[in-house]
Amino acid sequence: MIKIDNVSKHYGPFQVLKNCSTEVKKGEVVVVCGPSGSGKSTLIKCVNALEPFQQGSITVSGVSVGDKKTNLPKLRAQVGMVFQHFELFPHMSLTENLAIAQIKVLGRRREEAMDKGMKLLERVGLKAHAHKYPGQLSGGQQQRVAIARALAMDPICMLFDEPTSALDPEMINEVLDVMVELAQEGMTMMCVTHEMGFAKKVANRVIFMDQGEIIEDREKHAFFETPASDRAQQFLSKILTH
Amino acid sequence: MMNLDYSVLLRALPYLGEGLLFSLQITLVAMAGGIVFGTLLALARLSRYKKLATVAAGYVNLMRSIPLILAIFWIFFLIPEIVAWLIGADHPVQIGTTRTAFIAFTLFEAAYFCEVIRAGILAVPRGQEGAGQALGFTYAQNMRYVVLPQAFRAMIPVLLTQTIILFQDTSLLYVISATDFLGAASKVAQRDGRLVEFYTFAALVYFAICFTLSKVVKRYQARLNKNVAHA
Repeated sequence: MIKIDNVSKHYGPFQVLKNCSTEVKKGEVVVVCGPSGSGKSTLIKCVNALEPFQQGSITVSGVSVGDKKTNLPKLRAQVGMVFQHFELFPHMSLTENLAIAQIKVLGRRREEAMDKGMKLLERVGLKAHAHKYPGQLSGGQQQRVAIARALAMDPICMLFDEPTSALDPEMINEVLDVMVELAQEGMTMMCVTHEMGFAKKVANRVIFMDQGEIIEDREKHAFFETPASDRAQQFLSKILTH
Repeated sequence: MMNLDYSVLLRALPYLGEGLLFSLQITLVAMAGGIVFGTLLALARLSRYKKLATVAAGYVNLMRSIPLILAIFWIFFLIPEIVAWLIGADHPVQIGTTRTAFIAFTLFEAAYFCEVIRAGILAVPRGQEGAGQALGFTYAQNMRYVVLPQAFRAMIPVLLTQTIILFQDTSLLYVISATDFLGAASKVAQRDGRLVEFYTFAALVYFAICFTLSKVVKRYQARLNKNVAHA
């Protein structure tokens, strides 16, 4: 589904990604973790071309992301993305947030889009708030809406860029629950997150990055039980002991 | 003390009204045209195509560096020559004071609105554009549905304030003998020899309109700040 092959990226002389290669197969859940500044968010943003990269190739469902001839809006419409800071549109109600891209990008009829949006809001437990604006919701609620907004496009896979790291601790679980449910339904997911509980529960593989490199890319039990590299061991001991 | 006669005002009211209407028309047309053209300029200035950005910046800096009165003159005298050159006529093609007024103010205001709108666009968090892109919006869709509505919402008070200044600036049209409100007042004042009455009246009308509008802007601004605080 997502194939990342030997990708490198520079900001001027600074190399943010170094020869990264990995793959997310259909139905797989892959968690990407690593210390801050390790390039994990950059990597996931390269997948739907929100960030350009200079070398290597990324294909999503066989379509090359870096190819200049690729219709990027069309590709992105198929790839759901959830951001650290939710990025709901503050000037639209929740229903409009969920409907606008369905109407303008997928060409769905308004009633159809509204209907779909309402069903998804119900699914994330926020149907009663449908008429509200994002600013009236808590962070956890906003993030659930953001997930619903991405799902409204019927994506072939979902990218999560630190979906819980801007949330107050008591709101993290309501978002993770939605993600777990999604994973169990068989959604292909690539998640940048430090929530190791989530990784243990639903991930197939865990990727560990440091300084722009993929240090480990392993099946989750192997990763948690016997991390091969010192850096991964240190990282795990730091985040699992608190 | 002077011998003031305010009854002359009454008789001149219809003529003054026409002048005021013309001032308001120019203000509205220049505001609408300025916002449209100014938005395009702002997008051009923020474009990643360097040449486009440079051309737009050049235009804006030029317009903002010359007095409006000069721009009015310049367009009044230059455009007839350009039109003549374009269609290959051997005489300058006069476009008249009214059209000059509309064109000059629109072109001039666009430069000012451009800077306001550019600031508004830059104030929209970068992540919003990313979210729009991720949903599959094209650049144009993203601007139209996501970025510009938010930019304008924040910028409306500044745009309105600029429009109030624009309304006052329409008085500069006297240099090409267009009959805006002040131009009308001035003409009748000199004909009737009643300068004090007419200029006082004109000042009061300008004050009433601009003061009311600025109060409206203040109120809107306060409401906006309240909403932002709630969000």
